[in-house]
Amino acid sequence: MTSTATADSRLKKLDVSKLLVEGRAFLALAVIIVVFTILSPNYLTVNNVLIMSSHVAIFALLSLGMLMVVLTGGIDLSVGSTLGFSAVVGGYLLKGVPIAMFGVTLYPSVPVAVLISVAVGGLIGLINGVLVARFNVAPFVATLGMLYVVRGAALLMTDGLTVNGIQGDPALGNTGFEWLGFNRILGIPVGVIIMAVVALGIALLLSRTTFGRWLYATGGNDRAAQLSGVPVRTVKVWVYVISGLCSAIAGLVLASTLTSASPNAGNTYELTAIAAVVIGGAVLSGGRGNVRGTLLGAFVIGFLSDGLVIVGMSEYWQTVFVGAVIVVAVLLNNLQYGGRGRRGAKKTASKPERKTVPAAGDVDANGAGIDEADSAAGREDPDPGTSRRTADAGPGPSPDAPSHRDGGTSGPPDASRDEDTTS
Amino acid sequence: MRGAGAAAEAEVVLEARDIVKHYGATRALKGVNFSVHRGSVTTLFGENGAGKSTLMKILSGVEQPTSGTIVLDGEPVTFADTNRAREHGIAIIHQELSLAPNLSIRDNIFLGREISGPTGVDFAEENRQTAELLEGMRLDADPTTPVGDLRVGQQQIVEIARALSIDARILIMDEPTSALAATEVEILFGIIADLKARGVSLVYISHHLEEALRVTDHAVVLRDGSMTARSTRAEIDLGWIVRHMVGENFDLGSPPEGHEMTEPVLQVQNLSIRDPDVPDRAVVDDLSLDVRGGEIVCLYGLMGAGRTELLEAVAGRGEVIAGSIRYRGEQLHDESIGRRIEMGIGLVPEDRQRDGLVQTMSIAHNLTLASIRQFLTRGLLSRRKEATLVERIVKDVTVKTSDPSLGIGSLSGGNQQKVVIGKVLATVPGVLLLDEPSRGIDIGAKAEVFGLLAEYARQGLAVVYSTSEVEESLSIAHRIIVLHRGRISAEFGPDADKEDIMAASGESVTV
Repeated sequence: MTSTATADSRLKKLDVSKLLVEGRAFLALAVIIVVFTILSPNYLTVNNVLIMSSHVAIFALLSLGMLMVVLTGGIDLSVGSTLGFSAVVGGYLLKGVPIAMFGVTLYPSVPVAVLISVAVGGLIGLINGVLVARFNVAPFVATLGMLYVVRGAALLMTDGLTVNGIQGDPALGNTGFEWLGFNRILGIPVGVIIMAVVALGIALLLSRTTFGRWLYATGGNDRAAQLSGVPVRTVKVWVYVISGLCSAIAGLVLASTLTSASPNAGNTYELTAIAAVVIGGAVLSGGRGNVRGTLLGAFVIGFLSDGLVIVGMSEYWQTVFVGAVIVVAVLLNNLQYGGRGRRGAKKTASKPERKTVPAAGDVDANGAGIDEADSAAGREDPDPGTSRRTADAGPGPSPDAPSHRDGGTSGPPDASRDEDTTS
Repeated sequence: MRGAGAAAEAEVVLEARDIVKHYGATRALKGVNFSVHRGSVTTLFGENGAGKSTLMKILSGVEQPTSGTIVLDGEPVTFADTNRAREHGIAIIHQELSLAPNLSIRDNIFLGREISGPTGVDFAEENRQTAELLEGMRLDADPTTPVGDLRVGQQQIVEIARALSIDARILIMDEPTSALAATEVEILFGIIADLKARGVSLVYISHHLEEALRVTDHAVVLRDGSMTARSTRAEIDLGWIVRHMVGENFDLGSPPEGHEMTEPVLQVQNLSIRDPDVPDRAVVDDLSLDVRGGEIVCLYGLMGAGRTELLEAVAGRGEVIAGSIRYRGEQLHDESIGRRIEMGIGLVPEDRQRDGLVQTMSIAHNLTLASIRQFLTRGLLSRRKEATLVERIVKDVTVKTSDPSLGIGSLSGGNQQKVVIGKVLATVPGVLLLDEPSRGIDIGAKAEVFGLLAEYARQGLAVVYSTSEVEESLSIAHRIIVLHRGRISAEFGPDADKEDIMAASGESVTV
C-alpha cells in the first residue's frame, strides 16, 4: 500500500518537473506573446502573427537541419553560408546561364532552378559529412572551413553583388519564383507551410524510422551504437546532407521573399539556429532534443525580436534583450540537466542521464552556444543591410533588411515587395 | 587492546580501523581492518568487486569512509581529498597512468609545483632533480623526453618517480604490472626492493597472484567487502589466497546437460589480432577455437590476456592480422558489425556503460536498438510490434522494471546488463559472445545471468563468455579455455581445480 502511494506521489512530482523542463520554451513563448500583446495592440493580430511566422520559417528551417546534426553530437556552422550560396545559385540560374560555346543563354525553369539549388545545398552537406565521418575532422572545424569556403564561393560567383530581379520573364517561361516567398495557401504564407512540412517530415524521420533511432543512438553513445550494428558513419554523413538541404530551402524562401539573392545573405544565421536548437532543449553533446522544442526555440527568438521592433525598442536594446533571453533559457537548461545529474540515476526515473559525459562538458558546450547565439542576435539585423550597402555601393536604406524584418512587421508585405522590385 | 599491540605498532605506519563504506544501498566495505608496515609490501588480494579499489580510494583520500578511522603514525587522521593525503606522504599510482603524454618527463614530475627561479621556471634545477630521480629508478632517459615517447613500463616508472619526488612514504600501486612486459616487471620489482630499503611502505594490488606473492611481505584478503584473512608471507601460499578469495559461498550453476550439441557454429583458426595500443604486437596470437551449438565455453584470463580483443574481432571490431573466422562454415572477411549481427553473431561488450548502452535512451529503445529492422511496417517503425518485442524480451531476460519507457539509468547494474543481453538475444543470434558478463553486478544477478545463458545453450545457442574470476569459470561452462598473453595456455573440463586454472592463466608460466 505505502509503496504504491509513494510511487504515485513520486510519479506526480516527476510529471510536474518534467512539464517544467519540456514546457520551458513554451512558457517563454507564452510570456513573450502576453507581454507584447499588452504593449502593442497590433502584436497579436492574425496578419502580424503570420508575418512573424514567415520570418521564423527561415530560422526554423535552418534550426531543423541543425537539430539533426546536434542530435548526433555534431554541429554545422556552414548553414548560413549554404543558405546564401544556394540563394545565389538559384538567382544565377533564373537570370540565365550563358553558354559561351554556343553563344546562347540557357534559362532553366523555376522548378529546375529550385531543384539544382537545393541539390547544391545537399552537396555542401555531403562534403561536411564526409569530412566529419570519413576523415574524422572535428565537426566544428570542418563546418567552420565550409562556412568560409561557401561564403567565398557565393561572393566570387556574384562579384560580391546582389542578384536582383529574379522574378523571371514571362517570355522566357521562368516566372513564378516569388511564389515561394509571397504566395499564401489558405491565407498561410508558403514559407510557413514549407517549414511545417519539413518539420513534420523530420519529426516523422526521428520518431518513426530506423534512421531516427540510429541518429539518437549515435548521439547518445556512438560506440554502443556501432556495436549494436548501427552504421554510425553513414548516419553522420546523412545528417549533414539533410542540414545542407534545409539550409538551401531556407535560402530559396528568403531569396523569393526578397526577389533578390545577396551573397551575404544568412551571415551569422548559423548562430541563431544553434540558439534555437539549444533553447528548444537539445543538448550539444548529442542524443537529446526534438522537433517540437526546436520549433519553439525558433519561435521564441523570432517573436521576441519582431516584438521588440513593433514596440519601437532601439535596435541596440533589441540586441541586448535577445541575447539575455538566450542566456537565461540555456542557463535554465543547464540547471535542470545539472540538477538531475546530481540527484543520480537511481532516484530520478524520468529521464536517463548521460553518465559518460561529465556535466562540465554540457555546460561548456552550452556556454559556447550562448556566446554564439548572443552575437547572432546582435548582428542578425544590421548585417545584411550593411553588407548590401557596401556591395551595391548604393545609398539609402537597404531593401533587404527592412523587408525581411521591419517591413514585414510594420507594414503589409506587399509594400516591402514593391520596394524590393523597384530597387 | 593498545597495550597488547604495542610491540607491533612500532612498525605499523598506516592503519585502517573498521572502515565501512556505503554507496547508496550498496555496502562496498563492511568493517575492514588493514595495516601497512614500514618498509614492507602489503598486498591486497580479492576478486573484482571485493572492495579493494574502494579501500585504496579511502586510504588515498579520493573517497571518505562512511564510518571507521584511519590512523597514521598512531594519530587518527582524515583526508578530505587526495592533496591532504599527499601532504601526509600517501601517494597512489592508478592502473591507468595519470601522466600528460605531450609533456616531458621533467614537466610531468613537477606539474603543478614547478620550481621558480628569478626568470620564471628554473628548468635547470628541475632537470637536475629529474635526472637524479631517474637515475635512482635506473631509467635511462633524458628528462626532456616527452612521456608519450616512452614505453608503458617506463611511464610507470616516471609515475613512481613523481610520487617519490613529493616524499611519499606510503605508495599504493593498483595493478602496476597489468600493462608491463616480463622484463619490465623485473625492473619494477627491483625498484620495489630499493624502495623498501629506503623505508617506503607499499600497498600492492594485483590479480597476478604468483607475481604478487614474490614481492609481498604481508597479505590481506578481501571478499564481498569484508576482510577474510591476513597473514605474513612465510605462512601463506597460492592455495591459501585462492581459498580465502573465492570462498564457497554461492552456486553459479553447472553446465547444462542432456541436449544435443551441433556441429561447430564458430570456428576460429590461427587468428592473430593487432594490439591497438602497440601496433607491432599481436594481442591475440595464432589462436584457434571451435564452439559448437549448445555448448558453453569460458575464456578465462587476466586483464590483457586478449579475451576482449578475441571476442570483438569475431563481432567485427579490431584488426585481424592473420587467420580466419568462420561462422556456420562461412568465412568472414570484412563484414560490418551490422551485417554480422544479421548473420547471427551477437556480442555483449565488456564495458556496459561505454559500449553496451545508450544512456540517453529508454530501456525499450536500448533493447530494440540492434534488432530494429524486425518491426518495420512499410518502412516505418511499428510501435505495436516494438512493444510486443520489448515485452517479450523483458520477460525472457527478467528485467525488473515497472515501465520499459523509463530511462536506462533507472535500472540497477544487474538489470542494465540484462538489457544488454536482451538486446543481443532480440537479434536471434546463433553464437552469443559475452565479455565479462558479470562485471559490476551483484552475486544474485550474476546467478540469474548464468542461469539464463545455460537455458539458451540448452536451446541450441553457442555461448562464449569471458571472465577473470575463477569461480565463474567453474560454473556453467562445458569447457574452460585459459588465455595468457594472447595464446591458449590450457584447457580444462568443468571439474577442474581452481588452483590449476589460476596457475595456467598467469605468472607461473612467465616467471
